[in-house]
Amino acid sequence: MPPLTDRTWLWLAAACYLAGAALGAFSLLRGRRGSTAAIYLVLAAGYAFQTFGLYLRGVAVHGCPLGNKFELVQFTVWSAASLYLVVGPAFRLSLLGFGTALLAAVLGLAALLIPEWDAARRTHLFGGNPWIEFHAALALFSYGVFGLFALVSALYLVRHHGLKSKRVGGAFALLPSIRDLDVIGLRLLAAGVALLALSLGVGSVWWIREPASVNLFKLLATVGVFLAYALALALRLNGRLVGRRQALAGSGLFLGALLSLTPVNSSRHPAAPVTALAQEAPAR
Amino acid sequence: MTPTGPLVFHLGASHHTAPLALREKLALPPERAAELHTRLPASGLPELVLLNTCNRVEFYGVAAGPADLAALEAAFCAVTGLEPADFSAIRAHTTGPAALRHLLAVAAGLESQLLGETEIFGQVKDAYAAAQTAGRAGPVLNRVFQKAFQAAKHVRTHTAINEGQVSVANVAVELALTVFGDLRSVRILLLGAGDIGEKTAKAFQSRGAAALTVANRTPERALALARSLDATALPFEHFPRHLADYDIVVGSTAAPEAVVQTAAVATALDRRRARPLLFLDLALPRDIAPEVAELENVYLYNLDDLAKIAAQNLAAREAEVTRARTLIATKADDLWRQIVARHG
Repeated sequence: MPPLTDRTWLWLAAACYLAGAALGAFSLLRGRRGSTAAIYLVLAAGYAFQTFGLYLRGVAVHGCPLGNKFELVQFTVWSAASLYLVVGPAFRLSLLGFGTALLAAVLGLAALLIPEWDAARRTHLFGGNPWIEFHAALALFSYGVFGLFALVSALYLVRHHGLKSKRVGGAFALLPSIRDLDVIGLRLLAAGVALLALSLGVGSVWWIREPASVNLFKLLATVGVFLAYALALALRLNGRLVGRRQALAGSGLFLGALLSLTPVNSSRHPAAPVTALAQEAPAR
Repeated sequence: MTPTGPLVFHLGASHHTAPLALREKLALPPERAAELHTRLPASGLPELVLLNTCNRVEFYGVAAGPADLAALEAAFCAVTGLEPADFSAIRAHTTGPAALRHLLAVAAGLESQLLGETEIFGQVKDAYAAAQTAGRAGPVLNRVFQKAFQAAKHVRTHTAINEGQVSVANVAVELALTVFGDLRSVRILLLGAGDIGEKTAKAFQSRGAAALTVANRTPERALALARSLDATALPFEHFPRHLADYDIVVGSTAAPEAVVQTAAVATALDRRRARPLLFLDLALPRDIAPEVAELENVYLYNLDDLAKIAAQNLAAREAEVTRARTLIATKADDLWRQIVARHG
């Protein structure tokens, strides 16, 4: 039997995430609270497959696999899943597991199904500099946190709509309280801003030393994302961006963050197309 | 004994068959229940459980023969002072598997006035415990009641018969939970000292709400209610200035026009930053200006909204009745077969 490639493991991960989303959707359609433990286990299995797939890819590209859009999206999904698995149960939010599985399945499958995102690959992306690698990984991890924030914001908007339109039964009854969603959303927003600030701080040291090494588009896109989230946090803390408006911002900003991956990816030195044989890293 | 098993029976009256005025006469407080037992034949009713609640007086038992049932009925009428003819007009009586089905349905809340309520389960348990203590529960009723408790739990777990609140006060509390999640750190302001406000305040307290303040146009009534609820009182004219300190405002005054205006709420929201504000307007005419609902981070529910949610929940429960009765029929028939096999 030929060895399983990194993409095969990532397909398995996406299948698990999809199964988690299906489990949650099935419970929702039945109007009952699904088993949080079952969704957690399915997500954990998907996370294990994804971790191994990204590890194989990392070995193949000699560094953290952040060299093309496929890898950037997979890493963001992995970050969101990591965060959910570590701190998700402490949030005690029903439907957060379902939402995470749905987000991971949609983004993971999109990355796998769009061949252009993985048509070319960069190796030795960080030139052996662990700080640049740390900067990039941390930035993508913060995107994962913002992904969960967007998810919580979406749940908030649904709950808010239900409460304003006097609908609290059926599927609405399965949603967490609006206060819990608000508090968790604020924590995720603050954590994401802190992680991205740290990432930019680390990256700026390198940029000051070699300003020409960083593409202006990438710099603008990343700093723009950071400033937008930091502004949202500041407005939230002084009570100007609350409730529905904060949730709308959380959902909208994440779309912006995802779109910023394109300039981040295209700003690097051109990726070398690799042969089909070399494209997929087999498990060793 | 019947040809197919012991004469297991249910006999009594409930809100289904008797109006309130009659049910008041049927009630059997402990001393009257004791008197009833002295009037019963010594050996004809070896097992007997009395279920006595505000909505029903029912006997579940095992009789030696139909004459013993007649003796029970006569003793009951004698103790309650009810004419036998009047009782026969309102009585409900079943035997065998039908009696078992009835008991299981009662324990599961299917026969309750408030469909699906769970208080009856505890009342059936207490009735059975009392019979055990008095030595009136034997091998048949022991099995019957144990299985009835299991069946009631099964029905509650496998159907939505007790899901959603069906009283206005409890719907209000449920709403507060959907906004705040937990009521322990929530501050509640009760405007008015009327019955419905008091009921709602008690429902909040039963779910863990601790910080309750009462404001009423008559300060003496506010103080009296605050004392009875272990709450604090606030002069009515001061409450608009303190709105920001409260998470839930319950309106239940008899004021002819709204006492909570949009401007006061908007000012309070500025001070509350991100914390939502829930208004429950239980008054008629309404206490809270309807425009308040348009404000960001504010949720306003009036009496009609709450009643509508209660009605929806009740309809959802009613939709589960057929499924619940099918489950109960299966369980009761299985139980009857076991009883016939062991005691027939």
